Amino acid sequence: MSRFQVVSGKGGTGKTTVAAALALALAAEGRRTLLVEVEGRQGIAQLFGSDALPYEERKIAVAPGGGEVYALAIDAERALLDYLQMFYKLGSAGRALKKLGAIDFATTIAPGVRDVLLTGKACEAVRRKDKQGRFVYDHVIMDAPPTGRITRFLNVNDEVAGLAKIGPIHNQAQAVMRVLKSPQTAVHLVTLLEEMPVQETADGIAELRAAQLPVGSVFVNMVRPHLLDEDALRTAAGGRRKEIAKTLTRAGVTGSAALVRPLVAQAAEHAERVGLEREQRAVLAGLGLPTAELPLMGDGVDLAALHDLATELRKQGAGEEGDA
Amino acid sequence: MSADTAAGGGPEAVTGAGLDTDDVTGAGLDTDALLDDPGIRIIVCCGSGGVGKTTTAAALGVRAAERGRKVVVLTIDPARRLAQSIGIDRLDNVPRRIDGIKGEGELHAMMLDMKRTFDETVEAHADAERAKAILENPFYQSLSAGFAGTQEYMAMEKLGQLRARDAWDLIIVDTPPSRSALDFLDAPKRLGSFLDGKFIRLLMAPAKVGGRAGMKFLNVGMSMMSGTLGKLLGGQFLRDVQTFVAAMDTMFGGFRSRADATYKLLQAPGTAFLVVATPEQDALREAAYFVERLAAEDMPLAGLVLNRVHGSEASRLSAEQALAAAENLDDARIVDQRAGKAGLGDRVAPDPAVTASGTTEPLLSPEAGQASGPQTSAEHQDTTENEPPHENIAHAATAPEGDTVDAADATETSDAIDVISIEELTAGLLRLHAERMQVVARESRTRDRFTVLHPEVPVTAVEALPGDVHDLDGLRAIGDRLAGGCTPTPAGAA
Repeated sequence: MSRFQVVSGKGGTGKTTVAAALALALAAEGRRTLLVEVEGRQGIAQLFGSDALPYEERKIAVAPGGGEVYALAIDAERALLDYLQMFYKLGSAGRALKKLGAIDFATTIAPGVRDVLLTGKACEAVRRKDKQGRFVYDHVIMDAPPTGRITRFLNVNDEVAGLAKIGPIHNQAQAVMRVLKSPQTAVHLVTLLEEMPVQETADGIAELRAAQLPVGSVFVNMVRPHLLDEDALRTAAGGRRKEIAKTLTRAGVTGSAALVRPLVAQAAEHAERVGLEREQRAVLAGLGLPTAELPLMGDGVDLAALHDLATELRKQGAGEEGDA
Repeated sequence: MSADTAAGGGPEAVTGAGLDTDDVTGAGLDTDALLDDPGIRIIVCCGSGGVGKTTTAAALGVRAAERGRKVVVLTIDPARRLAQSIGIDRLDNVPRRIDGIKGEGELHAMMLDMKRTFDETVEAHADAERAKAILENPFYQSLSAGFAGTQEYMAMEKLGQLRARDAWDLIIVDTPPSRSALDFLDAPKRLGSFLDGKFIRLLMAPAKVGGRAGMKFLNVGMSMMSGTLGKLLGGQFLRDVQTFVAAMDTMFGGFRSRADATYKLLQAPGTAFLVVATPEQDALREAAYFVERLAAEDMPLAGLVLNRVHGSEASRLSAEQALAAAENLDDARIVDQRAGKAGLGDRVAPDPAVTASGTTEPLLSPEAGQASGPQTSAEHQDTTENEPPHENIAHAATAPEGDTVDAADATETSDAIDVISIEELTAGLLRLHAERMQVVARESRTRDRFTVLHPEVPVTAVEALPGDVHDLDGLRAIGDRLAGGCTPTPAGAA
């Protein structure tokens, strides 16, 4: 199973939620996972109801069987200063660089450097071992940038190689690419059963594959239950309204006559949605990737809901396969 | 989903559906008044990713054009189907007139090509030789295609250009899909300050800067920095940057002053910001940040567009009541079926591996699983129905414990029952309604949190469509909802 799992997806599909649930699921049975975010949004802290994450790995949740989830918000500027400190013992000169705007330049303007720093930090955590030579984290899960930018984000080699042809950033990019293109890594995409996210998922997979990045699973998020099938709904839309009204009354609903039309209308919408969802499922099935489905959490996602989602992912064996 | 509960108009329209919404005080946003106001020349749609900014911008464009204005919509990377919805397979960097607009108005649309825009800006402001040198520089090529802020910067540049042409009454801008909604405001400044900043001056002419009085200490920093960056990025990289900067030198002032001018344009009374969100926590949190930020920057906020809001016309029946009634019907139905089809209820599939395989649609065969007891039938249905029809990674693992429907049984069952019983049908309607009411309640809570923070922000709620928008009629339907004058639309313009 891939040790580095990258979770991307179109905006609004619940990437952060899925990444967090995956980190919990993979942490079960005494394992330890690290959940990282790279976009400075503090989405993980909000999800787990904790204070803003510092640039430091800290335990954020426990999983069944004694597993642990750590979290880290990677900050490109801090990563660069650390890096400079580590290799060049810069100390206060780092601050001078910052004052001049050089750090800002390197982390926000210079194309690709920021991405190398972010993915580099994550890859370092993937490779890190303790004194006994065991991996510190069984899995590292990244809440990554959205589908539209994920290939560019991960394909740092292309970005940077053209610019920094030698030097530590170049070497760093090479090392990162070795991890990212290996079976150690799986890039998952989160989607909804809606046309635009599914289309974007298909496009994203094509791009990832073209860049030889290992695609993992598709996570279909916020799946709503199908409570009635279409045949039943066609019947409902037909001539049975009086019967429905009577049955509602029999079930203890008062004033049922006025409720039949809106209830049937809601059912018609549901039927349409089910039809559209079926089309999107077919498109997803055509992608030939492992798929896991996560139910819509009607009351929003809190810690309890995250654990439920993690349980669901474990049941579906999520994260265990990749196509690379 | 019909005229009387449909969203627009104000917060009450949707959340008022039988819920206690006394604490919701946000006023309604009068979209048509905004679109009709000749003083409004720019509308900026902003918000976090996936909330429907582009669709909103396109729908506003269609509506404004059909209300007689001459409109151009500047979109950033629209979904293919959306581009098709306004009759174009592929938008490009030049505004194109959209066919099929009713009335006197005109709709034009374009898609920002950031590299093209950057190239054109260089070509327009440098002589041919210098332009060539810049365009061929590796650092420029990466910057123009790759820098995360370039898209935002170029959106601003393009907006400034469109406004300067003064060929349209109204420019509607869709903002780039950023890390966060605020990037749109920050990135141009960041790139501008880089292009105009100390650092780049140092890279270009360290001696000149270092020689200034009081700047001597920079010399030390400078040589160290040059050395460090050179080590870090490789010397070639720095030389590329220096070449680029030298070639761009004459343009810096222009870039910076144009960015400043566009920024000022955004603060002018002729501009209106619409913050777009969905009734989800994250999206509304971003929306709240944006509202605060706009206020801090003196940028005029017209209101909040709340997309994909759910309502119900049957809201006087609560989720709990609906579920209770559905259970009453389940009980009645078990009795009926036990009598009518002895034995069917006991047929529980022994082999979960065949669940749903070979079927093309989710099964609805509550009969087959009823041996497990009526009180669990709702959950049972959920789980079974959730089983996707396509191959699943963990097919067997998702099967609900012990009461899986065997595909063969299911087929027999559905053959056996031509018409769904009225109790099942009605119970299904009630469960659907309960689900809807839960969604309505959750959205209302999320929205209340925003309204408490920003009661002053006018809101228009746009009711969720079951499907995506594919054509002008779909955009018109969204426009109707945006304006609150919702007419019942054929659900989903698919």
